[in-house]
Amino acid sequence: MAQTLYIENGRIVDPTQNLDKIANLLLIDGKVAAISPSADSVPSDAQRIDATGLVVTPGLIDMHAHLREPGYEEAETVASGARAALTGGFTSIACPPNTSPALDTQANVALIRELAARARMCNVFPICCISKGRKGEELAELGLLFESGAVACSDDGSSIENDELMKRALQYCKMFDKAVLCHEESVELAKDGVMHEGRVSNILGLRGIPAEAEGVMVSRDIALAESVGARLHIMHVSSAGAIASIRRAKARGVRVTAEVTPHHLTLTDEELRSFDSNFKMNPPLRSQEHVDACIEGLLDGTIDAIATDHAPHSAEKKEREINIAPFGIIGLETAVPLILDFVADGRLTWAQLVEKMAINPAKILGIAKGTLQAGADADVTIIDPNRQWTYTKESIVSKSKNSPYIGRNFKGRAVITIVDGEIRYKLD
Amino acid sequence: MLYTPANWGSAPLEWTREHLLGLADLSVEEITIILDQAQRFRSCILESSENSRAIPLLAGKTIVNLFFENSTRTKTSFGLAGRRLGANVVDFASSTSSLSKGETLIDTAKNIQAMGLDAIVMRHSCPGAPKLLASRLKDCVVVNAGDGAYEHPTQGLLDLLTIRRRFGSFKDLTVALVGDIAHSRVARSNIFALLKLGAKPIVCGPSTLISPYWRELGVEISYSLDDILPRVDVFNLLRIQFERQVTRPFPSIREYARLYAMDADRLARCKKDVLILAPGPINRGVEITPDVADGPHSAILDQVTNGIATRMATLWLTISAMSRRLAAR
Repeated sequence: MAQTLYIENGRIVDPTQNLDKIANLLLIDGKVAAISPSADSVPSDAQRIDATGLVVTPGLIDMHAHLREPGYEEAETVASGARAALTGGFTSIACPPNTSPALDTQANVALIRELAARARMCNVFPICCISKGRKGEELAELGLLFESGAVACSDDGSSIENDELMKRALQYCKMFDKAVLCHEESVELAKDGVMHEGRVSNILGLRGIPAEAEGVMVSRDIALAESVGARLHIMHVSSAGAIASIRRAKARGVRVTAEVTPHHLTLTDEELRSFDSNFKMNPPLRSQEHVDACIEGLLDGTIDAIATDHAPHSAEKKEREINIAPFGIIGLETAVPLILDFVADGRLTWAQLVEKMAINPAKILGIAKGTLQAGADADVTIIDPNRQWTYTKESIVSKSKNSPYIGRNFKGRAVITIVDGEIRYKLD
Repeated sequence: MLYTPANWGSAPLEWTREHLLGLADLSVEEITIILDQAQRFRSCILESSENSRAIPLLAGKTIVNLFFENSTRTKTSFGLAGRRLGANVVDFASSTSSLSKGETLIDTAKNIQAMGLDAIVMRHSCPGAPKLLASRLKDCVVVNAGDGAYEHPTQGLLDLLTIRRRFGSFKDLTVALVGDIAHSRVARSNIFALLKLGAKPIVCGPSTLISPYWRELGVEISYSLDDILPRVDVFNLLRIQFERQVTRPFPSIREYARLYAMDADRLARCKKDVLILAPGPINRGVEITPDVADGPHSAILDQVTNGIATRMATLWLTISAMSRRLAAR
C-alpha cells in the first residue's frame, strides 16, 4: 500500500527539471505529487521524513546487474539481488539474460518479472538474449520478448561473433526502437585471458586480455550501427581506444551510448599482484591510462551511464586459483559511495551523478523513470553524503561476498530508498 | 667425512621466511644466504661415500610433493633433496586424487595438512597458486616448484648458483635468456633475481613471445640471437612451451631453430668463456644442438647437481625458520 510521504528540507537534485535546491517533496499514491507544495496541500496523515543535510534524487537505476536466477541461485536470486540494490540506493535494476536457462523465452522473462513482483523490493527490468541460447547463431524471438517486458537485448558475457547476425540484430531492434546492449570482446584476442594485457600481466605470467580485444569489436559495432541507423549501447567500456571510437562516433551522429562500472573508474591492474580473484573481472581492470580515459569519457559525456555489472559468485567458485576463478564482482552496494568520492572531490557534479545513474539509464532502456516531475513514479533515493561507514563482509546484503572493496571506509551512502511511494529501505 | 646436525651447524637465523614462493620477493641478502648454503650442500652431495651424502637435518619431518603438472626432474630433485636431509617425502599424485573429482585446491591442501606435515612442495599451472595455498595453511611450509608462467624459484636459484660458481659474482654480467620468454617461469625467476643482483639481463627470441614491457623493468630486448652473441657471458636457452601457447607464435620449428638455436657456428662467435645453461628438458635441435649441449661450455648436468643442493638449502632454511617459530611459541 503506497504511503503518503513528505520529504522535508532535503537538497533535491533533478536535472530533468533543472532543479538543485533545498525543497520539500510530496509523494502520494505512488506518484510524485509536488515539489514544495503549499502547507495546506500536504495531507495531515503524511509520513514526514526529515531530509535536512541529505540529498534527494530521482530513484537511481543500475542498468546492468546480474541476478543469477534461474540457474545459479546459490550466488544470487532476484529477491536477494533486488534487496542488495535497495540497500545500495537503487530503485530499479536491469538484469542481463545470461542465466541458466538464458532469458531467451517469454516464459523466462515473465518468470523474472513474477519473482521481482513477489519480492516487492526494487523494480527489476529483464534484458533478453539477442540470440537463442546466447549462442550467436540465430536471433531470439525479440519482438515477443520485448512484448513480454524485456527492456533491451544483450548476449552479455560474450560478443556476437558473427558480423552478419550482429547487423541483423541491430536492424531488427531498430524496428522496436530498442537498444542492443553489447559486451565487446574479440574471442580470439581474449582467449584464455585472465587480466589486462600489459606491464603487470607480463610480470605475473598471466595471460592477458588486450585492450584492443574490446576496441576491435566496438569499432565493428559502431560501423554496423552507423550503417543501419540503429541504437547501440556499449556495456562496461574499459579501454581508451574504445572510448575514443565512441567519442568520434557520437560526434558524427551515430546512435551509440556507453556505460562504465565503478570499478573501472577506481581500480587498476596493479591490484592483480595480490592474485586475489576479487580483482578478476571481464573486461579486466586495466592500467592507469585506461582508467584515466574512462574518467575523461564519463566527464565529457562520451560515457552516458554508470552501471555496476554486479556479478555475484559463490565463495566455492570464486575463491580459487586466479586462472579458474570466474570473472566478476558484486557492485550494487558500493556503487553510490564509490561515485560519491568523485562528487566529493569535485570531478563530478550532483547533476551529473543523477544523469549517469538515473536519467540516462532510463533513456537507454526506454523506461519512464529517472525524474521527480509531478506525476512520475515515486521512486526516490535519499543520500547522506557525509555518512561515514565501513563496508564489511558481514554487512553485505547480496548473497555473494565477492567484492574487492571489503574493509574499505566510505564517506556517503544511500540512507532511504523509496519505490512506488513506499520506503523499501531505510538505514538504521 | 660424516655429517651430523651437530657438526653441520644450525640454520642461519637471518633467514626467517617460511615459504619460498618466488624470487621477486627475496632480498639480495636472502638470495645470498640460500646460495651460500646450497654451495655447502653441493660439496656434501659430491662426497664419494654413500653415507656422507645424507645429513639428517630434517629427520622426522614430512614433506609432500604436490604436483598438479607433470614433472619428472623437479619432483625427483625435490624428493632426493628431502630424503638426503632425512625427511619423509610423500608424493601426492594429483591425477588420481580427489582433484579429478572436483575438490578445490584449498580443500585438498587442508586435508593434506590435517595429515600432519611440515612442508608442501607444489607445482601448479596457475600463477599465484602457491601463494593462495600458503595464505590458507597454518604452520606448514610452502615451496613453489613452478606456478604457471610466473615463477620457478628453485630453478632460478640453481641457475644463479651455476653462474656464481663460474663467474664469482653477478655484477655487470650479461645474461641472455633465449626463447619462449612469454611462457617461461624460469625466465621470470631469473630476471627478477638478476636485476637485483646487478646483472644485465637480455631477453631474446621471436617478437611474438617477448612483451615490450620488459624494457620498463630494465631488461634489454633483442630479436636477433646473432647480434648479441659476442657480448653475452651466460646464455640460458629456454624450451619452447608448446603446451602453454594458444596459437603457435612462429611459423615452424625449422624456422625457429634457424633463428634461435645455439649451434657450433654461433658458439664460435661467442665469448671464449661463455656459459651455456638450459633448464631442461632440452629439445635437441630446437633451442640447442647436441654438440653444444654436450660440449665444454655447457653446464646442463652441473645444473642438475646444483638443483639438488639448492632444494636442500631451500627446504632446510624454510622448515628451520618455521620450527624456530613454533618452538618459541
